[in-house]
Amino acid sequence: MNGDKVFFGLSRAAGVFVLLLTLGIGVFLAVTAVPALRENTANFFTTQQWLPDANPPAFGIAALAFGTVMTAIIAMVLAVPVGTGIALFVAIYAKPTLGKVVAFLVDLLAAVPSIIFGLWGLEFLMGNMIGVSAWLDTWFGWIPLFANDQDVYTRSIFIAGVVLAIMIIPTISAVTREVFVQTPQGHVEAALALGATRWEMIRMVVFPYSRPGMISAAMLGLGRALGETIAVALLLSALFEINWHITEPGGNTFAANIALKWNEAGSIGLSALVASGLVLFLITLAVNMAARLIVARKRDFVEGH
Amino acid sequence: MKTTKTVMLTAAAAASVFALAACGSSGSNTSSGNSNIDCASGSIKASGSSAQKNAITDWINAYQEACEGATIDYQANGSGAGIQDFINAQTAFAGTDAAAKDKDLDAATKRCASGPAINIPMVGGAVVAAYNVEGVDKLVLTPKTLAGIFSNKITKWNDPAIAADNQGTKLPDANIVQFHRSDSSGTTANFTDFLSQAAKADWTYEPGKEWAAPGGQGAKGTEGVTSAVSSTANSIGYVELSFAQDQKLKTATLKTAGGEVEPTSENASKAIAEATVVGSGNNLALELKYDTAAQSAYPIVLVTYELTCEKGLPENQLGLTKSFLTYTSSNDAQKQLTEIGYVPIPDSLLTKVQDAVKAIS
Amino acid sequence: MNDLTSGLKRRRATDKVATGVVYLTALIAIIPLVSILIVVFSRGIAAINAEFFTSTMRNISPRREGGGIFHAFIGTLEQVGVATLIAVPVGIMVAIFLVEYGSRGKLAAAVSFFVDVMTGVPSIVAGLFIYTCFILTFGFDRSGFAAALSLTILMLPVVVRTAEEMLKLVPMDLREASYALGVPKWVTIIKIVIPTALSGIITGVMLAVARVAGETAPLLLTTFMTQSLNLDVFSGPQAAIPTFVWDQIANGTNPSMDRAWAGALVLIVLVAVIYIVAKVLAARFAPKSK
Repeated sequence: MNGDKVFFGLSRAAGVFVLLLTLGIGVFLAVTAVPALRENTANFFTTQQWLPDANPPAFGIAALAFGTVMTAIIAMVLAVPVGTGIALFVAIYAKPTLGKVVAFLVDLLAAVPSIIFGLWGLEFLMGNMIGVSAWLDTWFGWIPLFANDQDVYTRSIFIAGVVLAIMIIPTISAVTREVFVQTPQGHVEAALALGATRWEMIRMVVFPYSRPGMISAAMLGLGRALGETIAVALLLSALFEINWHITEPGGNTFAANIALKWNEAGSIGLSALVASGLVLFLITLAVNMAARLIVARKRDFVEGH
Repeated sequence: MKTTKTVMLTAAAAASVFALAACGSSGSNTSSGNSNIDCASGSIKASGSSAQKNAITDWINAYQEACEGATIDYQANGSGAGIQDFINAQTAFAGTDAAAKDKDLDAATKRCASGPAINIPMVGGAVVAAYNVEGVDKLVLTPKTLAGIFSNKITKWNDPAIAADNQGTKLPDANIVQFHRSDSSGTTANFTDFLSQAAKADWTYEPGKEWAAPGGQGAKGTEGVTSAVSSTANSIGYVELSFAQDQKLKTATLKTAGGEVEPTSENASKAIAEATVVGSGNNLALELKYDTAAQSAYPIVLVTYELTCEKGLPENQLGLTKSFLTYTSSNDAQKQLTEIGYVPIPDSLLTKVQDAVKAIS
Repeated sequence: MNDLTSGLKRRRATDKVATGVVYLTALIAIIPLVSILIVVFSRGIAAINAEFFTSTMRNISPRREGGGIFHAFIGTLEQVGVATLIAVPVGIMVAIFLVEYGSRGKLAAAVSFFVDVMTGVPSIVAGLFIYTCFILTFGFDRSGFAAALSLTILMLPVVVRTAEEMLKLVPMDLREASYALGVPKWVTIIKIVIPTALSGIITGVMLAVARVAGETAPLLLTTFMTQSLNLDVFSGPQAAIPTFVWDQIANGTNPSMDRAWAGALVLIVLVAVIYIVAKVLAARFAPKSK
């Protein structure tokens, strides 16, 4: 009985520790951010420049927020369907041995350091993507997003988004795969026995059952895309302006900016970077809350049936 | 046949054992290799400027080879971070691309137990316009055309402004692909300082560590700009001389009031000699003269300093710091800089540097 | 009749298209993934030799070939090892709290929410936190241990989540059978529940290890780079494979670039080995319940 109490106490303490740790991250970042925010002479949310060590300090996160969200959206648009496709392939379509090999390859990529993604993006992908960007410009240039007035197609938000997509595919497909595998076999067989094609079975049984897990997987990927640092820092041309032409050089993100400015930052500069880190933390927090809400609703919906 | 082989092998083995023994003795006996190093032992940390990284690394290697009991770790995390590390007493000295002053110097002095913090010039460098244009082996630029190219006003290689200084060279009718640094950097600060002084009318942007001009593309780090230039046709970017030499990039000749000058270590050293000391006492903060008209002086230079305590370094850091800086400011160590594309501190200034190092206690 | 067959045809066609799309997405994704592996292998192999594994970068000029990764290899093993030693027990305890004790409580709901929040903490923010808290506020030096702490923050939520999922999968009957025999709850958890869930937990831990072993950003803020070997994870400068790669790239010379790619290759192979070993171990120790 006594052992039970101690064990319960330990596990409860571990839970409380996680709680305090997360709060601690927010608190420490906030405290460190205060000096810069106090001395900032520009609007922190709308300014498109970053001169915290100038006299007087003037910096804002508008361009960073735009670049972060934009690269993450591009990454999600590309990675969610492809990641789900891989997961379906591994969990349902492929023969077990082939599935295992593909799963292994994909998992391996989760371990490639982000610098290498960055280098690969610079040396291999960027050259090969010029054609794609130019094609988008030629045929879809009437959509402002794809227009390119400079006729230079490198070091853009678009390319960073593509590299991010490749980086988060392993995360998304690994989690989705696990969820797909857990679909109750009885339901699957019942659907097939009723004459459903494989695709119909997936749509009617696998997807509804897995939806909360699929959303978690997407959010996990989104979190990684929002916070990816080194690869983006290597790829982007890092401009402090909001440019909707996503195939032109430019763009910047919270995380990349920290890596690019950290080296030469003075005391106010460091504090300003921590402030931007805090915003990034709050954004990921908001994304997670949203995901939880959606998942909770869907779960009620599925279980309510 | 077989015997000769064995004999040779034995001889080789004996020789290597002998060599190893010689190596072993060099640690305790400071006379091998660099005979003039007065060794200290222990370990210290330093951090800062990435512009001097490869020079410092070579010096550390030479020092550690001569002094077996010593370990010096230099983390090239940037001048700003280096100064912060020094202020927070994480390191024994900081490498910085620009002399620490005002608030930073005050904070650094506070960190030293009993004396002022001083900037000691140690490694010179040249910032060069590296370009990649096929068929153009010599390119002459004036500060004015350089400012035009990097502010996106001159956009074609065969622009009349460039052609005027390059009679007889066939310049292509191609767009100039311009690269600058996307990270904050002392190299950018020196380059834009130069432009704003030597081409006042054409460079209207704020000089500083952040690139402020429109157009072009940013790449991270000198190595990023270097590899971007070497892999992109019709491109130009500003990088440090040592990196351009390593990657065998072509570099532009600069046309100043003193005539056409090639970016070499010797020519850059002449420009550093024109600088004036603006610090007081042993604080050798310099003001560079970017618009120098001196004969064959290459004016786009940067000087990196070591920031440390003149007095009041902790006892366990003092000996090794002083010994190492004594070595790096020696004539021998400075001479090595030329070989790797860095710029030695000119003699007139070097004696002051050596005196400042002597004063560390 | 006609309607029926045409409907069936359409459904079959849709199924075929779907199959095609699934194969296509798999192919689309595999191309860049394989391309990265090929690039890393072909460029990394140039500097790989016995010396690369057994020596450090001490006294190796950036312009020279040679030198090795030994110091960084040890650093990564120690840092990731310490992070695992902290994150796994704490993570499993949190999962036990959530699954076995706190199912409907308010505290459990809060903890569960904050675990999700932690999952989203970007690695650079984890690094910033350790830098501002552990180094600036508490005044510790940068060290391998500081790096391990930042990696712990990244590993912890992954461990909690996978352990939680795996504990949930353990059938209730098992627990009840044990209680019926008069075994206390905590002994049941340790002797019955955890062993049953172990193989899944190990896989999760390995994925977490793979995830953090290649992290660069937090290490740049929390460790001090060195070219020499340092066995002491708790004090002094210590290298790691990602920072080794970062450092070599910054040198900008060709021999250094070769070393950088070789370092990346070593990291990938290292993770692959850990991954395979874990899978084998997990398969061997899994209870033969199925």
